[in-house]
Amino acid sequence: MSAPARRPFSREQRLTIIQGMLIFVLIVVVLQLWLLTATMNAWLGGDESLVWPAAAASAAGLALNVGLFVYLTRLERTRRGAA
Amino acid sequence: MADLREQITIAPDGAPPDMQPAWRQDFPIDWPQDLYVERRDFMKFMVLTSAAFTLGQLWIGAQNWYRKRTAQPPVQRIASVDEVAVGASIGFAYPNEFEPCLLVRLTTSEFVAFGQKCTHLSCAVIPRPTEGSFYCPCHEGRFDLRTGVPLAGPPRRPLTRIVLDVRGRDIYAVGVEERTT
Repeated sequence: MSAPARRPFSREQRLTIIQGMLIFVLIVVVLQLWLLTATMNAWLGGDESLVWPAAAASAAGLALNVGLFVYLTRLERTRRGAA
Repeated sequence: MADLREQITIAPDGAPPDMQPAWRQDFPIDWPQDLYVERRDFMKFMVLTSAAFTLGQLWIGAQNWYRKRTAQPPVQRIASVDEVAVGASIGFAYPNEFEPCLLVRLTTSEFVAFGQKCTHLSCAVIPRPTEGSFYCPCHEGRFDLRTGVPLAGPPRRPLTRIVLDVRGRDIYAVGVEERTT
């Protein structure tokens, strides 16, 4: 039994998907900006306990964003493969 | 979505948009595709921004590692007790030549010392003993003369405190204390 062929999303669907992804990425980037300023302020004030947890949280945010970006490139490949 | 469909421009070969070559899909002449491409490019830029923020966090971590690795600040003689009158101040550099500091004599037996860099944008603060404060002329910042805590203006963190030790008639700087409150 062969796997069913992957049907590419329609243009309207892709637009909706990318809008959702963009909003998610923007929220994560704003959180990362806040985290960076808060960490810098704490570190300059001598509080070193925040440095690595904040770096880990920021890296997790980046991983989420990169994951979405990889999904986007796959989406594009599916579309171009169908063309 | 019906509105979007009406805005699709028919390509010269008459084929549907999804069947067009990649270059025509990336340089569209119809609004839905244009909206898609501009959001995709903006998302790429945002992912890059996200990477830059993470690099910034790692840079703070590296600086933190370097700060911990460097040895404790040296014990350094600043001045003799007799060289500073009550209400007067003298400048010195501690723990290295790039860190200007101020020693202030509050009373006959009380001395305080702080880094001279304003915690807002590193302008040099000026002691004003009569007003009981350090004054930053750049943005009208004020710090308490006795504690270094910000009183007014944009600074949010206290001045870096220099730990002092009076040995006999001499005043020594023996440590640096960064604070958040």
